[in-house]
Parts: sequence; structure tokens; C-alpha cells
Amino acid sequence: MEWEAVIGLEIHTQLSTKSKIFSGSSTAFGAEPNTQACAVDLAMPGMLPVLNEEAVRMAVMFGLAIEAEIGKRSVFDRKNYFYPDLPKGYQTSQFEFPIVGRGHVEIQLEDGTNKQIGVTRAHLEEDAGKSLHEDFHGMTGIDLNRAGTPLLEIVSEPDMRSAKEAVAYLRKIHSIVTYLGICDGNMAEGSMRCDCNVSVRPKGQKEFGTRTEIKNVNSFRFVERAINSEIQRQIEILEDGGRVIQETRLYDADKNETRSMRSKEFANDYRYFPCPDLLPVVIGDDYIEAIRQSLPELPEQKRQRFSEQYGLSDYDASVLSASRAMADYFERVAEVAGDAKLAANWVMVELSRLLNQNNLEIEQSPIPAEHLGQLIQRIRDNTISGKIAKQVFEDMWNGEGSPDHIIETKGLKQVTDTGAIEAVVDEIIAKNPAQVEQYRAADEDRRKKLIGFFVGQTMKASQGKANPQQVNEVLKKKLEG
Amino acid sequence: MSIERGDVEKIAYLARIQITDAQLDKVTEDLSRILSLVDQMQEVSTEGVEPMSNPLDMVQRLRADQVTEENQRERFQAIAPATEAGLYLVPKVIE
Repeated sequence: MEWEAVIGLEIHTQLSTKSKIFSGSSTAFGAEPNTQACAVDLAMPGMLPVLNEEAVRMAVMFGLAIEAEIGKRSVFDRKNYFYPDLPKGYQTSQFEFPIVGRGHVEIQLEDGTNKQIGVTRAHLEEDAGKSLHEDFHGMTGIDLNRAGTPLLEIVSEPDMRSAKEAVAYLRKIHSIVTYLGICDGNMAEGSMRCDCNVSVRPKGQKEFGTRTEIKNVNSFRFVERAINSEIQRQIEILEDGGRVIQETRLYDADKNETRSMRSKEFANDYRYFPCPDLLPVVIGDDYIEAIRQSLPELPEQKRQRFSEQYGLSDYDASVLSASRAMADYFERVAEVAGDAKLAANWVMVELSRLLNQNNLEIEQSPIPAEHLGQLIQRIRDNTISGKIAKQVFEDMWNGEGSPDHIIETKGLKQVTDTGAIEAVVDEIIAKNPAQVEQYRAADEDRRKKLIGFFVGQTMKASQGKANPQQVNEVLKKKLEG
Repeated sequence: MSIERGDVEKIAYLARIQITDAQLDKVTEDLSRILSLVDQMQEVSTEGVEPMSNPLDMVQRLRADQVTEENQRERFQAIAPATEAGLYLVPKVIE
């Protein structure tokens, strides 16, 4: 039987506010345990939450970016459960009236087509603390620095049909929140975390199968692998005539499998109710309009502009606009280089290759955009050939300085003096009489192939510095002469 | 609507409230009565009435995004039952 997967994601994004959602504690990452947990975060008796205006503004920005309905009157609710990293015994969240309603994003599929993925809602809530299960004399250590960090939980519709689509959607959300500057997008530090709802059904069936939820997957790669292994697990159960149990599962990256996390015997019932400590949040049209005016250029708009303004292919435009850092880097290179297509090529081929090899992000590129732009300039003004440029590029990567400096100190300047090139060519022709005979006896088509030998020899003799076009011309003239 | 002893036991567990066997019948009966009152209220037509989320007819005031709290860990941990390396220690929880 052919099976079809149905996937929905819940993405928790930590908003980049300076202080917490309901208190004046710092949200900075990496502080000593519990030094950023105040009386409100610790749920001391009598403490009252006061909502952070920046968290509201960021949530509205996101809502506008995905063309969602904005909740002009949103309400905070208490989600009740007991866990030591949640001191109040409830998480302050939004249930019935979230700040962001239904919206959508477009993802690009591998075959080049676009697909729209629905966003059901996005709501504001507080993050919990961290439990450290290392051994503290048989006890668990609790760090509440993270408790109260503002989260925007973005809930998708079950619109995705493969792990690849799910990753494309996650990347899209990642790119939107980082473009907006409302989340740093750092998955390794937990700034973005993802729960994956997965079910399978026979292809063509309308009803959904029973779903499981994979909790807290923390990288793009793991999301893809976790979903694929869960799809496989469910298909095997169903093909053996079994039933999938609705439950929460954890992904074990080492074993590449998911395992059951908690039994549903004591199924949690969160008993949501409106939080009496917080009043309804009411925002007006003026407020929403002002935020709309302040939105930066978003990935989709940038992609379109790149293809129109620079004449890039759809694929190139979407790769280069995928992250704000990448887009900014590319635009700077293009500006300095004076040629956007060459800039796109160098960024996507040479630079991306070395970044991938070294597991670096564009932000960590050892080559500043200005230097790459200057290198391309030097190719364009014939100071160096494309081949020498690659050598200079490697040197730039290894921290040897600006392209001009490298070209100068290593004497890599291209030879464009026709006289000098002719001298080298004469020498090569004199040294290889047999090949010259062969060339002269050949027809037009074969000559095109045979000339490669002479070009290679000449370039080698000039240590790659001769201008290849001129070499070609001189060779043709002399050989056919 | 009425509820069973089992429902009460489950809710008590979720709320971490200890109810002895001797109390259970009485609590079940009390809660059932409250729910009967709720049933009665449910019959009132509330069409066009916006759900009330807070008895105060006011809206939430927002605070500026500024760090105003200082580190007072030592003071808070002075009243905690167990701490180590800056962490609060609690009975072991394993998922």
C-alpha cells in the first residue's frame, strides 16, 4: 500500500527582548544559574506579571509578515501542569484568543513549484526553566534563568506531506523571524525549538491517521531525520496490522529513532482558564498600521527584487535571499564588484563550498564582503584571470589579506602585454613541432580540440598569469599563420 | 451534570491536592452540586455577549522592555530547602 504522511509543526521562537515577558529580569543567554530569575519568575507569593510591550510588538510584526489576522483583543490563560522548572504550577499562555490568528507562508519545493502552508495561529507565552538531571545526590538541579523568556509559539496547519516540506517550512519561518529581527534563530542555543506532529494514512484517504508528537527537535537536520524515522515506524506498525498510539515521543539522534516519552495513562488535562492577573490586551488599528509601515523587506520580497533588479534565476534569488545575513553579504559583494551575476556565482559556488566544508555560517565568513567584491573587480578589469582569482580566493580565506595585497605580494598580475605573450607562444610552438604538424593537418573541428594543448602549455609557462583570451588569439594567429 | 469519584480523584491528582477516602464522597457530592448550578447557567442565552476574561473592565497596561531587576540569588536561595552550584535542588524528576 502507498502511504502518505501528514505533518504539522509547532515552532517555539524565543523573542529577542532584553527583558522577560512579565518581569524586568534579563533574558541574556549564558548567565550563571538563577542570577536572572527574580521574584516574579520564581512565583513568589503576591507577585504580579506586567506584560512587556516589545513582546507584543514583535508578535504583531510576525502576524503581519505572514498576512495573518491580528487579534485586536487577546487574552492570557493559565495552562496548568506541575513540573519543577515551572514554579507557578502553570504556564501563562494564550488559548482561545491568541494575538496572531490565521495566516500563511509559501515554501519552495524541490521541483521548483511553490506550496502554501497555513499557519493556524501564533500565541505569546512564557518559557520554562531548565532541569539538569546530572547527579546532585539523587536530586534534580533547576535553573530558572530561562523561565519567563517570551516565546511566540507558531502553530501550523497539517499541510505538509513529507519531512522535506516540513524542513522547508521551518526554514521559511526561521528566515522570516530572523529578517524581522524578532528572534536570533539560534537553534543550538534553543532560541528556536520545534515539535513535530506526524501521522500517516493510505494515499487517497481523507481522514487523518492517529498522530504522535515528537518533542523539542533542535536542528533542521534532526527535524528531517526525526520525521522520516517516525513515518517509517508508523508505517511498519500499520502494515503489521497494529495501531498507532497517540502519544508524545522523543527523538534520539544517536540511534536515529523516536521513543515514547510519557504514557498517556495520566493524560494531562491542562485545565486552561483566563489568567486573573492579566487583563485583556487590546491593540488598535493605528498601532498595527504603524508596525506595518516599519516592517523590513521580507525574504519573499527580497527574492523577487533580486531576480528583477539583478536578473538572477529563481533558484539563485531564493538561495541568496534565504537569510538576511546572506542577502546583505551578497548585496555588498555585488555593489563593490559592480556585477551582480558574477557576485552571485562567487558567493554561491566558491564561498558556499568553503563555508560548508568548514561548517560555517555566512556571518562567520573569514572573507569580508568588500574583499570578495574587490576580487571580482580585479577579474573584470583583467588584472587577474578567473583561474588565478581562485588561488587568490584561497589565500583570502586563509587570512592573507585583501586581494590587491595578495596579487601584489605574490606577483599574480595577469600578463596582457601581447609582445610578452607572443614570446611565450613562439617558444611553445618551437618546442612542439609534431603537435604543430598535427594541428595544421586537422580540420576546423579537430583544431578546436587540439588547441587546448597549446593553451595549457602557454598558461603553464606563464604560471597562469597570461590572459587566456589573448593566448587563444595569439595561438590561432601563429598556428594558422 | 454529575461527576464520579474517579473524576474527583483524577482532578485532585492533577491539582496535587490530597483528598482522603473519607472526604471523597462529600467532595464528589459538593462538586456535583456546583456543576448542576453551572448547568442551570448554561441554559441562559448568551448570544451576542462577549466572553468576559476579567471582571475588571480595563485593558492590560504594558511595560517598557527594560531590565530593571538585579541579581538577588543569594537572598532567594537563603530560603530554599536545598541548593547547589547556584541551582535549586528538587526531588529527582525523570521523564
